[in-house]
Amino acid sequence: MGLAEAQADPTSLARMTITGSDHDLVSADLVERTLNEILGRGADFAEVFVEDRTTSLATLDQRQVDGLSSGRDRGAGIRVVVGDTTGFAHTADLSDAGLRAAALAASSVARGGGGGVREIALGERRNFTTAADVDPSSVEKSRKIEVLRRADDAARSEGAAITQVQVALADSTRRFLVANSEGVWASDRQLRTRLNISCVASGDGGLQTGFRPIAATRGFEVLSPDAVDTAARGAARQALTKLDARPAPSGDLPVVLASGSGGILFHEACGHGLEADAIAKSASVYAGKVGQRVASELVTLVDDGTVAGEWGYLALDDEGHESSRNVLIENGVLTDYMWDYLRARRAGRTASANGRRQSYQHLPMVRMTNTYLLAGDADADEIVAQTPYGVYVAQLGGGQVNTATGNFVFGTTAAFLIENGRLTAPLRDCNLIGNGPEILTRVDAVAGDFSMTPGTCGKDGQQVPVGCGQATMRLSSITVGGAAA
Amino acid sequence: MSELLELAERLLERAHENEAMEIYLSRGVDTSVRAYEGAVENVTSASSSSVGVRVLQNGPGGARVGAAWAGSLDEHALADAITQARENVAFASEDEFMSFASPDGVSPAALNVTNDAVATTPIDDKINLALDLERRVRLGDARVRKVESANYSDYLAEAAIISTSGIRASWSRSGAYVSTSVIAHDDERDHTGWGLSAGRAPEELDLARAASDAIDRATRMLGAVKPRTMKCAAVFDPRTTATLLAVLGGAASGDAVGRGRSFFAGRLGEVVASPLVTLVDDPTDPRHFAASSFDGEGLACRRTVLIERGELRGLVYDTHSARRAGTTSTGGALRAGAAGTPTAGCRALQLLAGEDDAASILRQVGEGVYVTSLMGIHSGVSPVSGDFSVGVTGLMIREGQLAEPIREVTVASTLQRMLLDVTHVGSDLEWLPGNAAGQTLAIAELTVAGA
Repeated sequence: MGLAEAQADPTSLARMTITGSDHDLVSADLVERTLNEILGRGADFAEVFVEDRTTSLATLDQRQVDGLSSGRDRGAGIRVVVGDTTGFAHTADLSDAGLRAAALAASSVARGGGGGVREIALGERRNFTTAADVDPSSVEKSRKIEVLRRADDAARSEGAAITQVQVALADSTRRFLVANSEGVWASDRQLRTRLNISCVASGDGGLQTGFRPIAATRGFEVLSPDAVDTAARGAARQALTKLDARPAPSGDLPVVLASGSGGILFHEACGHGLEADAIAKSASVYAGKVGQRVASELVTLVDDGTVAGEWGYLALDDEGHESSRNVLIENGVLTDYMWDYLRARRAGRTASANGRRQSYQHLPMVRMTNTYLLAGDADADEIVAQTPYGVYVAQLGGGQVNTATGNFVFGTTAAFLIENGRLTAPLRDCNLIGNGPEILTRVDAVAGDFSMTPGTCGKDGQQVPVGCGQATMRLSSITVGGAAA
Repeated sequence: MSELLELAERLLERAHENEAMEIYLSRGVDTSVRAYEGAVENVTSASSSSVGVRVLQNGPGGARVGAAWAGSLDEHALADAITQARENVAFASEDEFMSFASPDGVSPAALNVTNDAVATTPIDDKINLALDLERRVRLGDARVRKVESANYSDYLAEAAIISTSGIRASWSRSGAYVSTSVIAHDDERDHTGWGLSAGRAPEELDLARAASDAIDRATRMLGAVKPRTMKCAAVFDPRTTATLLAVLGGAASGDAVGRGRSFFAGRLGEVVASPLVTLVDDPTDPRHFAASSFDGEGLACRRTVLIERGELRGLVYDTHSARRAGTTSTGGALRAGAAGTPTAGCRALQLLAGEDDAASILRQVGEGVYVTSLMGIHSGVSPVSGDFSVGVTGLMIREGQLAEPIREVTVASTLQRMLLDVTHVGSDLEWLPGNAAGQTLAIAELTVAGA
């Protein structure tokens, strides 16, 4: 029961010994032998990634606790690179035999390799752990139920028109070890806690929805009574407000994005297009543009895995590199892309710690962490006041991009019409559509009221937690996809 | 008897006397290959297995359920899952409608959706399929600037469900796919197209078709313009129609309706669509890629008529949502693997084919937009409110013919309105992966937002 002990005292992980410990998922010796076996078959690069994730989910719906669900996933992914080809295999069998079989399967791409003479000796492992005041594994399940009920009550207190409230509380403890043939040997223990509150309001015009998340790379302490109440009431009010909403306008209009979730704009308009895998295949509109002006000079965009507590925070990326703060666009000029190990190696440069994977069953690829626009010095209220007619987006729900064309959409979950510099009618949900490089030049005001919002980013079928952030800002024009003429 | 079912039976013996238990086991193998510029970019081969356990206890106000899962079938993981599920029961509310499924006498359809060739085909042959596809696309048209990806993937999976309430089901299935994404370039911009072929085994794949579909979709966008904002008719191609049907399927879940989270709530028996619309969910139709003998609770899948000539006639139910609605399960439980708990949903949607082919529909529509790809479905379409706003690419329809390509526009309406506004359902039914087949579909009026 090594893991249970480790969870009871998170700090003990940082002092774990590196061989033969009960705390280890697999021994350092086995990891080292596996790497050397792969290298012996002629590989240029070998990596062993071992993961143990426990997940707990509690849901409430229609005032009833649907129940608790607990899960555990444990296994190893083995990656082998020969030339430009990657072989990958994963297994849930962490025994000697299990790892050997996976290593053989992953090495099948190394056929024809010259039979290597390289050997790797692992040094001392670097160990990391997420800081948390209240470790989720130490929380009584009954306390989780109290949080669900509290959120339900708070949402319903906003009015009888709130007819449905669904609350989901998920926490996960993800331990992983990663070692590779270049000497990386590290572990991390990541804690994440998330509460999703979804409301439905019913009125004469039909049903409308409201949604608010609380999500942090932290422990149970983020679910304070105040935070839960605020989020639940916010979700309820969002649904209630939309009962009176009219169809959003259609066509090109000025759009003001409120602080926080507006960061999704940058995630889609340029974030994915700045990932080095899309760049390497010249499947991005930003390929070959480093040093060029790609955005309004108000745009300084950063991807930053080091922001402790945020949903996209990580001490280590899933290739064992310590996270860092990377400036992507500075005063409108493209400064760098985001890199994982493989693309950085081919480009002859260092990785930027953007190599992430959903689980041990997935190959790592270039992914964002916390991506945000630096705050400006305008005043948020003034930005609205100086907009005669347009759309104010209070909350965005998600988006999608085609990196090759640069075309992207993002959808509103709370929006209002701006008339004569004031917020007026609430609007029904709609998507906005634009072309990344064109839209980035249209950022014409950025305020100082910066905040972040959590999200789940999907790419090639893999989901990872990310953060987005910005201050209130305005686009001089973007296509609003409402149903009103 | 399958080995999985045997293991499940042994596990079920661990159920205590005062509880009901359900065991779901699955395992499978999968392969994926990606080719890039004439070489293999990556090859993944893997096997996986998982267990899902639900424990139910009856009380005065109804039953309570706890659940647990693990990504392994080793003894420690199995024992731990049972212990965790049992521990979780105490925290659930008593629910008068909660129950495990019981055998209902409906026989499962005899389907053969498994082809062992997925497991016996050598990896080199699979690699060659990806390489062959990449080459076909790269050399297929001079306007192709880049083959962004060319993939082969397959799986062979089996599962078993067994419960103390008498459920005992096991099944297997396989799938093989090739897909490719291509970039074509005009003087100003890149345009993309995506092509796919799917089957039960590698030999069923049509590489030529996947390649030409991707190339055609990219090259016909060359010179695309952003049109003015307008209201007009829209014709959806089979692939985009399938996506629309999948969203409608979400609204036709007995669970979503019962929980007041669907715009179909309270509308059974009412006219919700044009009389041209007859929508069925039929997992017993072997032509459907998602065809299945059993649902996620181990009951036989069956045909459910959702909309018949415009009238909302039925919903798909799992056991829980059926009990709440005072009816019986339609074998409509979906289960997202071992970690998911069963919930009602559509599996194999199909719109009853109409009389006209695509060309005839375009002629009759005359003027409008022809939609060939959708973007932002998850951020702009709600099966609760019915609000609908998606980014599209496609072509204008002028004088009954396809005309100039269009980019960077949205089409918007509400799903309620769109169903009533259906003017043509195509005869050109296409079987696609996912939970819906598709055909050409014409809608009288949507708002197109552009420049």
